[in-house]
Order: sequence, then structure tokens, then C-alpha cells
Amino acid sequence: MKPGTRLKSAACDTEVMVIRTGGGTIECGGAPMGEAKPAEAAPLSADFSAGTLMGKRYVDADGLYELLCVKPGKGSLSVDGVVLVTKDAKPLPASD
Amino acid sequence: MNIALLLEMAAEAAPDRIGLVCDGKRWTYAELLSAARGAFELIEQSGAQYVALLDESSEAAVIALFGAALAGVPYCPLNYRLADTDLAALLARIAPALVIGDEERVQRIGGDQGHTVLSREEFALKVQETVPGDDDRVYDPGEGVAVQLFTSGTTAAPKAAILRHSNLLGYILGSVEFAAADENDAALVVVPPYHIAGISAIMSSIYAGRRMVMLPSFTPEGWLALVAQEKVTNAFVVPTMLTRIIAALDAGASAEVSSLRAIAYGGGKMPLEVIQKALALFPNTGFTNAYGLTETSSTIALLGPDDHRAALASDDPKVRARLASLGQALPTVEIEIRGEDGNALPAGQPGEIFVRGDQVSGEYKEKSALIDGGWFPTRDAGYMDEEGYIFLSGRADDVIVRGGENMSPGEIEDVLATHPAVADACACAIPSIEWGEAVGVAVVVRDGHSQPAEDELKELIRSRLRSSRVPDRIAFVTELPYNEMGKLLRREVKKILG
Repeated sequence: MKPGTRLKSAACDTEVMVIRTGGGTIECGGAPMGEAKPAEAAPLSADFSAGTLMGKRYVDADGLYELLCVKPGKGSLSVDGVVLVTKDAKPLPASD
Repeated sequence: MNIALLLEMAAEAAPDRIGLVCDGKRWTYAELLSAARGAFELIEQSGAQYVALLDESSEAAVIALFGAALAGVPYCPLNYRLADTDLAALLARIAPALVIGDEERVQRIGGDQGHTVLSREEFALKVQETVPGDDDRVYDPGEGVAVQLFTSGTTAAPKAAILRHSNLLGYILGSVEFAAADENDAALVVVPPYHIAGISAIMSSIYAGRRMVMLPSFTPEGWLALVAQEKVTNAFVVPTMLTRIIAALDAGASAEVSSLRAIAYGGGKMPLEVIQKALALFPNTGFTNAYGLTETSSTIALLGPDDHRAALASDDPKVRARLASLGQALPTVEIEIRGEDGNALPAGQPGEIFVRGDQVSGEYKEKSALIDGGWFPTRDAGYMDEEGYIFLSGRADDVIVRGGENMSPGEIEDVLATHPAVADACACAIPSIEWGEAVGVAVVVRDGHSQPAEDELKELIRSRLRSSRVPDRIAFVTELPYNEMGKLLRREVKKILG
């Protein structure tokens, strides 16, 4: 999967852009994400419903995955069942 | 990954928030995105391979940048200060283009090159009329070139520096937090649209959700008035602008600048006296020095507000010296100082500044300047202190090589600047039969002082540096040549001393 690929949640409205990927299954709301939304919505798993925030970047502990949320939604992101966390934005003074 | 994503996300999150103010007209993010999509239609219809802007900053710069991105053609803003022959040559290199701006001039000098030319007003009208239907447009995926900028060459023909979507997005996503700006924040954009800082200001303001307030043409009074009128919170200026703003304030210009929380500067060397004065005149404003190049998608190092104030207040000469530094590398890039053999040098040793990172392109249309491992040679000479603060010594290619010995012009100019009668100085290489090159200096005498004797200046340099730095030739001039970004044109001085 190339960086720049847009993935959609099957269980909610969340959409992400892939910045970095390690090759595992990227999920939202407990269901695998795909480039197209499935005809029937998948159920939103209670374990993965903390929500995904627009503009936040989500990463795994090893730094292999980085996803940018481009559309917010109710599901939370995971890879192979392991929840992703938000990347700390190191706020720099505005320089432009 | 297309840079248009930045505007799409802003429009998604805050469609009715004002994103741009220019000449009194206000645009929401939704309106800007719609206009960009309208521009996409225009570009497709015209068959243009480039979108060029030949104009001062306006909404056209924003709409053209993102319209070109959606259409998958490079956005190539041009320097309107160029002479006709030089501009015609650049237009020829990007033909056929959709050119927005000075219609009359483009028709006159490049009318036979196959361009589609629109005035700024016509473009703004047309993009608002031409709105596509939803969802049936295939926008460019953003794997190619987003921006092409001709770099100001002072000798050979300008090079076409290219920045890919990935470089620009790498920079913005790495340094700007989405929608982090407060609803009342406003950024004054006055740097020309053909400068990388003008382009990155648009992208970072939009992604942060910070309203852009454009000032198409800089005057210190106009700048101060706009700051007050729009309660501007952030501004980016080049050093010469800051100097003129300070002069206007000194001369008694009225100013309501209490809203200004942050001033960033870059694009040229900031004189120490100017930044010291600015820090005193704007005690509640955070100053940031941003160092970067066209080829690096702008900022790669910065000296933040805390560093400025700490340096000003410090007793430690090492910390005080940092006020004249470029600051430290951004966390998303690596910077190294390398010697002529290509090896990284330890702290304190001068060499050439090299940089590597996602935002670094180093690519020109004709070739890439990147070397092994993705490192880009900036051609800037400098050194780093033990804590990674970078100091600039001048351009590597303006180094004077006298009898096999390398000399930085900056070293000589700094010594001359300590003489009370010297207002400005430039040192450069002049031909020498004996040494290959020798030192020549052009000196501007300070108002109210008489011209110092040449021997006096030579002795000053001999005593502070070494005899090898003593100039063979001194020319007294009324002013030194600078380009509109405040960069000293040493090549021009070479001709004067020639």
C-alpha cells in the first residue's frame, strides 16, 4: 500500500490517509479499512469506539504506521487489533 | 498525497470560517476550495502544462496554487521584477501555461508562446462561475511536482527548482498542527508569491486554520495599518522590511500593534542591531528566525522566541551569540556541517551546511543536486555550536580563495562594520596575478562621517584578522546592490571592483 492511499472505515465515517504503513491490517471500529466503503456497514466494536479526530496523526508503538485522519468518526484506529495512539505534535513557533 | 488535501481538510472542518482577506474581500475556506475546483476546470479546458502567476499577492495566488495541484500541473509563480528578456525566456520554458496577472505584458513579450492569459480579476470571476458537479471529477493523486520556482541565479540562467507534493506535505504535516489556530488569529502575508516563504505561508496558514491577511505591496505604513485594522497576530517579514518598519516607528508612525503575538523573519541575513531593536520595540511579540531554501520547502532550522529573549538577556557570551544564529534544526530534518572532503565536521568547525529530510527536494528540472544518502548541499557556509545552534558565514561559493587559502567575506565585512564611519561593506574576490584571487571591498560611508583613509581600513583588518585578509582594492560606493528579498548581490559588487 502506497503512502497517500486513502482508507475508509467500514464501521463509521472515519477516513485516513496513509503516511507510513508496515503491511498489517489497518482497522477502524474493529473492522478492516479499505479504499472503498462496503455496501453494508460493519458493526462498530465497543472496544474500538473512542473516536478518531480530524487532523490528528495516529501511530503504533514501533513507528511503522502513521495515519492522518482526514475525516473524523466514531471508531478508533488499530492495526491487527492493537489500538493506535495520537502522535505528539511538537508545536513549533509559526515560521511562515 | 496532494497538497490540495490541506485546503480540503480546512474546508471540511470549518467551511464558513474566513480563510483569506485581500483588498477588503473575504473568502471562507469553502469558497476557496470551490474556487480551486473552478480553477481546475479552467486549467483542464486550456490544456496548460503549468499555471503561472505574474502578479503581487492576492487571492489568485491561493486559488492558482490549489487549482494547479488538483489539475496535476506545476504552479510556477514568476518574479514580476525581472526584465522583459529574462521574463520572456522563463515564460518560454513553461509554455503552454495558464498565466494569471499582467495580461498586457505577457501578450507583449510572450504572445506567440501559446499561453492562455487572464487578468487577476477575470481569473477570480471565472473560477467562481465554473463550478464542477460533485464527485465526478478525477483530481490528480499528487505524485508529481506541485511547485516549480526559478531560483534567482546571479550568474547563469535561473534553475527550475521543483517541489513535489510529498516534499511540501512532509514539511506542513511535520511542522503544523491541523486547525491549531484560534478563530481570531490572523497572519499578514506580504512576502512575494514567487518566493518559497510566500507559498509555505499559504499552506501553513490554511492547514492551521489561521486567516491570511494579504498585503499585495509592502510599505511600512501599509503594514502597520493592516496589523491594526485586522488585529494581525502573526507576520512573516524579510529583514529589510523589519528595518523599514522600525524606521517608520522611530519617525513617529502611529501603530496599534498589541495584537501581534509573533513575527517570523527569514530570506536574508538579519543584522544584529535590527533584531535587537525589534526585540525592544515589540516586547510582547515572539520573534522567530526561519532559515531555509527554496530547495528545502522553506524552513529547516529556526531560532524561536524563547531563544531570542534568552540570548538578549544572557551574560554568557556563548548564549548571547545565538541571537545572530539560525537556531537549531527542525526535529524532522537532519543538518550536518561538512568539510571539503565530504565528512561531517565537529562543533565549531566551519564548512558547508548539508540537510536531509522528507521536505528536502534538492531537485531541479534538469537534474538533482542530492548526493549519497539524500543529502542536499545548501552552498551556505557555516558552523554549529555544541548544542546544535547553526551560524551562517556566507555562501560557500562566495568564498575568496587567495593563494590556496579560503576566506569568508563575512569575516572581513564584520570587522569593517566595527569602524564608526562604515555603514555597509561587501568583500569579494578580485583577480590577482600573484594570488589567483585577492580581497576587494566595497564600502558605504555612514551619513555624517567623512570617508576614512584606505590605510586606516587596511590596518583595522590586519590587526583584527590576518594580513592575508587585507584588501588589495577598496572602492567607496554610495550604496550596495541588494535584491528585493534583501540578499546582498556579491556578484554585482565583483563587477564594480572588477
